[in-house]
Amino acid sequence: MTSNGGTLSAAKLNAALSAALIAVMLVSLMAGRAWVPFDHWLSGDLQSLIVMELRLPRACVGVIVGASLGMAGAAMQGYLRNPLADPGLFGVSSSAALGAVVSLYFGFAVSAWLLPIFALIGAGLGMMALALLAGRSGSMILFTLSGVILSSLTGALTSLLISLAPTPFASSEIVNWLMGALMDRSWDDVRIALPVSVAGMAALLWAARSLDALTLGEAAARTLGVNMVQLQWLMVIGVGLTVGSSVAVAGIIGFVGLIVPHLVRPLVGHQPSALLIPSALAGALLVVLADCVVRILPSTSEVRLGIAMASLGTPFFMMLMFQMRREVA
Amino acid sequence: MALRFDHLSLALRGRPVLRDVSGVIRPACVTVILGANGAGKSTLLSCLAALRTPDSGAVTLDDEPVIGIAPMERARRIGLLPQQGDIHWDVNVRALVALGRLPHHGRWGRGPADEAAIDEAMEQTDCARFAARKAQRLSGGEQARVLLARVLAGKPDWVLADEPLANLDPAHQLDAISCFRAAATAGAGVVLVLHDLTQAARIADYLIVMKEGGIIASGASVDVLTPEVLQLAYGVRVHIGQDDTGAPVIAPIARI
Repeated sequence: MTSNGGTLSAAKLNAALSAALIAVMLVSLMAGRAWVPFDHWLSGDLQSLIVMELRLPRACVGVIVGASLGMAGAAMQGYLRNPLADPGLFGVSSSAALGAVVSLYFGFAVSAWLLPIFALIGAGLGMMALALLAGRSGSMILFTLSGVILSSLTGALTSLLISLAPTPFASSEIVNWLMGALMDRSWDDVRIALPVSVAGMAALLWAARSLDALTLGEAAARTLGVNMVQLQWLMVIGVGLTVGSSVAVAGIIGFVGLIVPHLVRPLVGHQPSALLIPSALAGALLVVLADCVVRILPSTSEVRLGIAMASLGTPFFMMLMFQMRREVA
Repeated sequence: MALRFDHLSLALRGRPVLRDVSGVIRPACVTVILGANGAGKSTLLSCLAALRTPDSGAVTLDDEPVIGIAPMERARRIGLLPQQGDIHWDVNVRALVALGRLPHHGRWGRGPADEAAIDEAMEQTDCARFAARKAQRLSGGEQARVLLARVLAGKPDWVLADEPLANLDPAHQLDAISCFRAAATAGAGVVLVLHDLTQAARIADYLIVMKEGGIIASGASVDVLTPEVLQLAYGVRVHIGQDDTGAPVIAPIARI
């Protein structure tokens, strides 16, 4: 019998990606300004403290952020049947960012918990606004338009807060935070982001079958038992929680949600449901790897991960575009 | 067992598309819907498949409103082949046909019965030999057969197809017709929207002719496919002849 869209190789692909992720995580625990070899990790001295209290939580946050963005991107592309859709499109990431910026504006960031909580509240409000704007029609065009409206509104409000910031220090802190980074993350961040992100991914996995059915278009999908209204809710909840949790602990990190599903898609036979888990693993891999790179780079202050990702992402995207151009020609 | 529609009326953007149409679709029987472009055929089909809710009237399946049946249950019982055959991702043919089994298997995978139904549907539609190819890269007619296989793989009790012959070459038109006939012989109620009058005359056990949202004639093909009805429906003069076997050949000759 012929292969059915790569489901047989899916287990192998997931195993390979997981192995690569673990390897990169081990490297990320060793690498940085101070190189900490494996035998010092549990020694109890300062070096082990660096690994256990700084690098390990940082790597875990990287995994959560990358997996969230990768899976959210894969789900969004499947839902909109558009390989260029990005998790940022629904406006949830910019509303989460607005929440975080509000807490920075009022100087609430003194407690480690407040900023991510504000970001999650922002994401939640964004999800509610999205659901209210799109209504209960299940119409994809309305939904996408609502996302665009929401992201431009929250973007404008964020700019407003930056321009009204009480001190230049506050505004530079906001701008800096918006660029996205994983530095100085603690176990508290893992505790906040992990459950939210896992819940979001569960919602997205629950939608997997419906995403497959959408391959045949909306009408055929509905006659295959897909409830478009329910699917819209799953997408709002799933994308909202995954992207919200990632913005809450890392700021805005672009390109992961766009590029990762792109790369993984041919490996899974292009099937939207088969794309979700490998995209999460590959997203985690990419973010942890990129975070290693920004840490090792010789620069006076660490390059922000969001900036690094965008500068890595752009040439990569151009490469993809040239490849597409050759295929079109 | 029957799929009934009673007094359906529906207006889209203020324009009446269905005007008080009623009828019965029977199992083990091929029903063909004819009519000019814009006569409301596709809209009637989408009401039957519960894709649209009529403004008044109801579609019932064994006296149960189709709108009220749980979506997955309805998907197992009613299969629809839409007119525009969307294929959005670069999946291979077998994966595409397998989508027809979605309402049948659990969330996490297919069983042997699903695989058998997929293979059978691909054999029936002559798709098995390009099972591993990418569906998007097939010709229009090949894609049409793959999409038909997708519907047949679900083994629905009711098969609704909107212009299923439109992109097919003559040989594969005959193949598709025999697929629908086989489904009806196996007990399914088949509803086809067709434009080819000769094919309609040959496959139909029952015909419904629509014009401007209403039904102007229905019944067996000898009673319905008359020059008068076709003139009223399409505004054309037709030639009705016979081939060697005595089966009708209907060709439009001129506009009136």
